[in-house]
Parts: sequence; structure tokens; C-alpha cells
Amino acid sequence: MGHTIVEKILARAAGREAVSPGDIVEAKVDLALANDITAPIAIAEFEKAGFSHVFDPARIALVPDHFTPNKDIKAAAQSKILREFARKHGIEHYWEVGRVGIEHVLLPEQGLVAAGDVVIGADSHTCTYGALAAFSTGVGSTDFAAAMAWGRVWLRVPETIRFVYHNRPPRYVGGKDLMLHTIGLIGVDGALYQAMEFTGPAIKRMSIDGRFTMCNMAIEAGAKCGVVGYDETTAAYLQERPPGSRGRDGGVECNSDPDAHYVREVEIDAAAVEPTVAMPHLPSNTAPAASLAGVRIDQVVIGSCTNGRLSDLHQAAELLRGRTVHPDVRLIILPGTQQVCLDAAADGTMAALIEAGGAFSTPTCGPCLGGHMGVLADRERSVATTNRNFVGRMGHPGSEVYLASPYVAAASAIAGHIATPEMVGAAGAASGSGRGGRS
Amino acid sequence: MIFEGSAHTFGRDVDTDVIIPARYLNSSDPAELGTHCMEDIDADFVARVRPGDIVVAAENFGCGSSREHAPLAIKAAGVSCVVAASFARIFYRNAINTGLPIVVCPAAAHEARAGDRLRVDVVAGVVTNLTQGTSHQADAFPPFMQELIAQGGLLPFVKARLDAEGAA
Repeated sequence: MGHTIVEKILARAAGREAVSPGDIVEAKVDLALANDITAPIAIAEFEKAGFSHVFDPARIALVPDHFTPNKDIKAAAQSKILREFARKHGIEHYWEVGRVGIEHVLLPEQGLVAAGDVVIGADSHTCTYGALAAFSTGVGSTDFAAAMAWGRVWLRVPETIRFVYHNRPPRYVGGKDLMLHTIGLIGVDGALYQAMEFTGPAIKRMSIDGRFTMCNMAIEAGAKCGVVGYDETTAAYLQERPPGSRGRDGGVECNSDPDAHYVREVEIDAAAVEPTVAMPHLPSNTAPAASLAGVRIDQVVIGSCTNGRLSDLHQAAELLRGRTVHPDVRLIILPGTQQVCLDAAADGTMAALIEAGGAFSTPTCGPCLGGHMGVLADRERSVATTNRNFVGRMGHPGSEVYLASPYVAAASAIAGHIATPEMVGAAGAASGSGRGGRS
Repeated sequence: MIFEGSAHTFGRDVDTDVIIPARYLNSSDPAELGTHCMEDIDADFVARVRPGDIVVAAENFGCGSSREHAPLAIKAAGVSCVVAASFARIFYRNAINTGLPIVVCPAAAHEARAGDRLRVDVVAGVVTNLTQGTSHQADAFPPFMQELIAQGGLLPFVKARLDAEGAA
């Protein structure tokens, strides 16, 4: 009997020949990360437990990205805890504002994650790195504290659900739409404690950025991780990482065996997936964007760890270039990293978004979790390319968040209501299965 | 560990953003976090809850963010334990790691009504509804987790391991 990619990675990290779902393993951690919200508790617990040093200062990342640039005095105090700990223990991967980015965009970009790695992070969206054929999962602060000292993490080997995406998605339908559609299909606990492996022709053809977006939201289906097998797209991305980085030089190619056992297989026709929106207040509460044109909006957020990469901003600019944001809408762009900012500046993307009337932010998690830089008032509505639309997620508990792709978000910013690209005059959806002949 | 208290009932998919909204995460102080527990789903919760009371919820309790502030806030609000039909995986780990007793018991979770008196024997895994006169057996913790709990949590477990290996 063969094994899934997740079983193979965990077996290697645990120093075992093979593992099976349900086994408890102590896996070696290739990278452990935390941010300015989760690290302060971890640092306090680490010190309280009497640990004197970290297992490896090169394999820990502390990323002050949530409430930075410090939004208030308390947030500043939390960032200071990270800074002082990073200095004291010689943590190699720590960045100040000006160099820092949103953790799940920054760390892969910097080459800190390699194929086949085991990554744990005190942030639920740590599952993002599965896009690089790695095992990565979110944990809490105490688990991170333990990993800092021990260099290991205990894990229950998850069952794997195999998702097969057939055919080619229509124009303006990308990883975000496929993932929202999938979560809508299986529910917010549809993959609880399990791994989601994304396969099929639509994934094979998908860019690494689209894969990051899909794996990023595996947690929204309750999954332990999302993962895509190693292929030429993975290899090409990792080859472009900084020379000497682990991502470029340290990876292990890993794929599921043809006879691997899956707990469940879900087949999805990508050609039949429309631009999809998750309505309040669950990521599984999905509907076609085209059916929500009556929903007027106050704010649009484009960016975050889910959709804050250069290609996401390209999609937004594709629609917004030469157009203007609706007078009643505030458009906020949250780029993932400083490199994304520089690239967007260099190729005219930033100018197009600013000229359209958007506010271009520094990289921060900011409004995604109702922190700062775009918090909503009571009864305000936002379309966001972020990952959660729970009650109060982006501000007042009476506010609402509609999750969508950069294309739908940009179209909505122009229209002043939820809209598809076609609704604001973009070239129609020509490809696809022939279903859904809207124009 | 036997707890007795009134049930505060919630539905499914209670996320950590409503357990402790992110606007309060600029603090890690459990006492402060406790004063905002459940604020966005049940504004009177903190005023109503009595020390030892029990939170009861349907499936997927604690979904969403990995914030350990969520179990810390629940504990600090005076809640003795949480009984749910199922827990989201990061919350489950965090509860064990922070010493918030949790019990997976779908029958008891679905049956309990707000205000019912419950008695929860965490070690035996028995949830008794004193109001309704019923009793249910909860799912047992895996042996590894029982060992973690017995050693006082994850960090004492790791510390003992490292000390034994002479590495700390």
C-alpha cells in the first residue's frame, strides 16, 4: 500500500519507515514561526517553563505583521517583546517594519520553506506552505513555545482527502474561487483533523500563487493542512528563491504514491465553477458573485496572506487601470511584502491602483482581523480577498465581510456593489465548459 | 477533576473571533481577555457566567484563528470546562496545552439546554445532566494526550524530556 505526500513527509520527519493515519508522531520541525499576537504568550510560557535557549536560532521566524506598524501602545509593547526575545536568542529570521511582510507571503518569498519540510506556526494560516509540497500547520502559542525549545512537535498523522479538479476554470476564476467553492461544498468542518490534497488538471496548470491561496484556506474547512504535490511549478518557484536559502537548496521532492489510501475523494469540475463569494458569516456560505449584485458595499480590501501576492495585485489592476473606484467605496490594498510593493511600483501596478482611487497600504494583516487600517463600523459591508468573514472579523460585530477573489473585489470596487468582471465591462468569459453562458 | 455548574449553550462553528475578538488581542493578560469572552456572540455572557459554569456547544467549537487567547479568556471568565460535539483542531490542542478541561460528547452537547445543571467528570469522561436526569459517556483522550495531561501539560512534558536528554 502506498502513502500520501503528508504521510511520507511526516514519516521522514519522525525518523520512521512509514506512518499511517491516527499514528502519533514526534516530528522534527524545519521551521517554527509566530507573530506579534501569538509570540508574546509563547515567549512568556517559554521563560516560565525555565528553558534557557532555543533549539536552533536559524529555524525560528518571528514576524511582527499583525498590528504593525504598531497600532497603539499595547501593540507596541507586544512587538517589543518579540524584538527583545529575537535579540536575546539571536533569532535569524526577524524583521522590522520596512522589511517585514505578511508572514505567509514573506517566508516562502525569502526561501525559508523548502519542499518536504515540516513547518508549524502559531498562526492558523500556516497551512499556506502546503503549496510548496511541504507539511505545514497552525498551532497555538504553547505548541510554538515547545517547538522553540524542543525542535519537535507532536502530531497525529491525518487522513487525507483527495480533491480532483477537472478541466480548465473559466476566465476570471482562480484559486480563490475554487477554494471558496470547495469549502461551500464540504463545510467549515468538512476536513476537520484531515489533510486536503489538491490534484487534477486545473491544479497542474495553476500558478504557485493560486496554490498558495488554496492551501491558505484549508483551515477554513477545518483541515490540518492543505497540500499540492511537487511538480515543475514548485521547482521553478523554489529555483528563484535567494541563493543559499533553504527553499532553493534544501528541499526534498515529495508526491503521493498512485496507490496511496485516501479517506475520501471529491471530484470538482473546475470549468463549472463561477466567480464565487462567501457571504457572512462563514467561509462556507458561498454563492455565485453574479447573484449578489444587489449587495451594496462600503469597503473593498485586496491583499492579505490569502491574496496579497503580485499576481493578485495584477488581477486587481487589470480591471482598475483607467477606471475609478465607486465614490461610496474605500479601496484598501494590502500587499504581502515589501518586495511585492517594489515589484508593483516597478511595473505600474501600484500607480494604476492609486490612480483608480485606492489606498496602498504597507504590508500588514491590519483590517483582515479587525486590527487597524480599515476597521468597519456597525452595518458597514466589505468585500475582501481575505480568508474569514466571521461575526466582527473586520470590526464591529454588526459589520459584514464578503470573501472573494481579487477580480471580484476589483469589479465590486468599481461598481459599488458585488460584481463580476463582466458586469463592469471586462472582456467576457470565453473559455470554460460552455456552461454558464452569461455575458 | 469533577465540575458542576450551569450550562451556557451555543450552536455550531463558534469561532475564536467571537470567543475573543481580535480588537482585544493587543493584550495577553488572561484577566483582561476574560472580561471580553464571547462578547460578539453573547454580549451578556461575562455578566451572567458564574464561577464553575460550563460552556456547551455543538460541532466545531473554536474554529478559525489559532489564538491561544481563546481558551485563556474562557478560563479567566470563570468557566470550568467546555463540552462540545466536536472541537476545531487548533483549539483542541490549545485547550489541552493551557489546561482548559474539554470534553467531546455529542449526545450531552446536543441534549443540554441553557441553564441545565451539569456535572462533568473529566477523567472518567462522564457528563451528567442533573436537570434532565441523564448521563453520557464522552470520547476518551488518546493515551498520548492522557500522558501530556498527567505531566501537567506540554511544556512540563518537553522540559522533562530535554532534561532527561541533558540538553536543557
